[in-house]
Amino acid sequence: MTSCPVPFDGPSEIVLGHGSGGRLTQQLIERLILPAFHNEWLEPLHDGAILPPVRGRLAFSADGHVVRPLFFPGGDIGRLAVHGTVNDLAMCGARPLHLSVGFILEEGLPLETLARVVGSMREAAEDAGVAIVCGDTKVVERGKGDGIFIQTSGVGEVRDGVRIDARRVIPGDRVLLSGPIAAHGIAILSVRDGLEFTPPIRSDTAPLSDIVRSLLDAVPDVRVMRDPTRGGVVAALTEIALRSGTEIRLWEESIPVDEAVRGACELLGLDPLHVASEGKFLAIVAPEEAGLALAVLRAHPMGSGAAVIGEVTGEDRGVLTLRTRMGGRRMLDLLSGDQLPRIC
Amino acid sequence: MKYLDEYRDAGLSRKLLDGIRSLVTRPWVLMEVCGGQTHGIVRHGIDQLLPPEVELVHGPGCPVCVTPVRMIDRAHAIAGRSDVIFCSFGDMLRVPGSESDLLTLKSRGAAIRVVYSPLDCLRIARENPEREVVFFAIGFETTAPANAILAWQAREQGLTNLSLLVAHVRVPPAMVSILESPDNRVQGFLGPGHVCTVVGYEEYEPLAARHRVPVVITGFEPVDLLQGILLVLRQLEEGRSEVENQYPRVVRREGNIVARQWIDRVFEECDREWRGAGWIAGSGYRLRPGFEAHDAEKRFDLSGVISAAPGPCLSGQILQGAKKPHDCPAFGHACTPEHPLGPTMVSSEGACAAYYLCGRHRDSRRP
Repeated sequence: MTSCPVPFDGPSEIVLGHGSGGRLTQQLIERLILPAFHNEWLEPLHDGAILPPVRGRLAFSADGHVVRPLFFPGGDIGRLAVHGTVNDLAMCGARPLHLSVGFILEEGLPLETLARVVGSMREAAEDAGVAIVCGDTKVVERGKGDGIFIQTSGVGEVRDGVRIDARRVIPGDRVLLSGPIAAHGIAILSVRDGLEFTPPIRSDTAPLSDIVRSLLDAVPDVRVMRDPTRGGVVAALTEIALRSGTEIRLWEESIPVDEAVRGACELLGLDPLHVASEGKFLAIVAPEEAGLALAVLRAHPMGSGAAVIGEVTGEDRGVLTLRTRMGGRRMLDLLSGDQLPRIC
Repeated sequence: MKYLDEYRDAGLSRKLLDGIRSLVTRPWVLMEVCGGQTHGIVRHGIDQLLPPEVELVHGPGCPVCVTPVRMIDRAHAIAGRSDVIFCSFGDMLRVPGSESDLLTLKSRGAAIRVVYSPLDCLRIARENPEREVVFFAIGFETTAPANAILAWQAREQGLTNLSLLVAHVRVPPAMVSILESPDNRVQGFLGPGHVCTVVGYEEYEPLAARHRVPVVITGFEPVDLLQGILLVLRQLEEGRSEVENQYPRVVRREGNIVARQWIDRVFEECDREWRGAGWIAGSGYRLRPGFEAHDAEKRFDLSGVISAAPGPCLSGQILQGAKKPHDCPAFGHACTPEHPLGPTMVSSEGACAAYYLCGRHRDSRRP
């Protein structure tokens, strides 16, 4: 999104005055942010948004974004910030409705960069069917930030009959994955560290609200959903295994990874199961509903690569394991820090 | 994926396992030299699929692990200086020295950068002419050519602020040291596939003959590892001790000539201290005369760096194949990837990390 004009007669970069609450702040909001996000709840520019009542229960989630670089193949920090909260709400089984956005801007940030990010957020919000209804902007001195930090929060409504809860996972359940994993993590790594792949690996950042709604329409009794962002599939499922007191056993040969991503992971010595995705999700369903759930996911444009990747057993408690291609079984555990490429 | 899936083929693996089972008539102890092989073995559970007669012990082939604490402390002394940007492979960041680790130094304000290619240091040195840029050149023969090119380019480009802290090690002298140790149990080796990709395996031929020990240069995938094990066992059962190449899709006898030339141009052999094994004659590389200006040990006064006595960590014995990770009382308890007591728990090529990440600490607790 580069066409967004920068309608400023003042400075072309963020200055401390943009966060002072004075004329520059007002200018920034009225000329750059408001036109992008405008909607009936934001328009009054009150201290907060006054929202209509929701049907059903309310889901509420928050997400902070500090990605470097701000723009990467397949997305940027703005898109990610919207998708982050939209997807967290979707993982609660909610239909995302309203988002807040908090910007922490670094002095010296070109206004054009901010305009691009705001434009991306608008597009992402439209795609996901949510409205950005309130927000805040602060400016920190040069060197005290990394260009832009974005914090989003959001609310959504959870329809009756949907009960997303890891504690409902029981032995026999099946684990579904909506598509190939690890593209986001590898895309970021490739631009951050100058590792170029041809063709470039693009982030998979995308809103999950629509595909989740399709799934819940067909299978309202999904036990739990989780998007494998930081820490990847291993982090997401380890938490579910711990909470449900079961063993979640993945089948190595069933886990979809795109060839290019897999190649990059092999080259660097990274395990895609620990690498972040930003537009995929895991769902655990009762065994008799796995076939229907898989068919629904595959029928959705965002789920054509969906697969059943494992099962829940009662043979162990609170662990995630992998049945290897060779027929062995190994534990999958959380990493203590970032995965590091091998040396030789 | 081509060249990968066929080497992870379950059917082929089963056939190789059957071959191993029908071949073995008595107990044998094999060492896989490379940390990458150790991870492959543990990750795919290969050691658990082998017949009980075949024991695998893990070798010294983890570049981060064998770097002695004395050298790590020297790195920390340099990295802690306010005029230095210290560049390192990521694996080294969490390895504990006598007092700290690079990650902690970084959090206290030291300029420490993780690089993927040593050549990234050229750009960092150009962009920061007022700072000393130091690269921690660790590793086996595998990383030596790229590090050699870094030193060469630094000199060619007149980057007087760029130097290397060289801790390079060579595999064959370490294998000899293990064979000549009075406690040695190793009867055959899975040789280092990637090291031999660079330097070839001619040097292993006299080693195998003199010590009457089979060496099979082996790759890293399950089929590679099983075939390597089968070939070593066949030699042992038949009383042969030769060098064989299981990894011909990558390794040639003479290695990569261009890469070898780069090593020769910049490095010369020297004695080197190893964690666990101590000083081994001819087991390292150092910069040749003519590169003094880019030798961090010459640029910085490191005479005041004193290393503490080693703690309870058994990494030295683990690297010698004398102990296994779960022989260590600290393994999985006092020593975890979050609080590593030694390098074998840190590196992605370390044996303790391999055991831990594949849940072996849990298995050992199970009744």
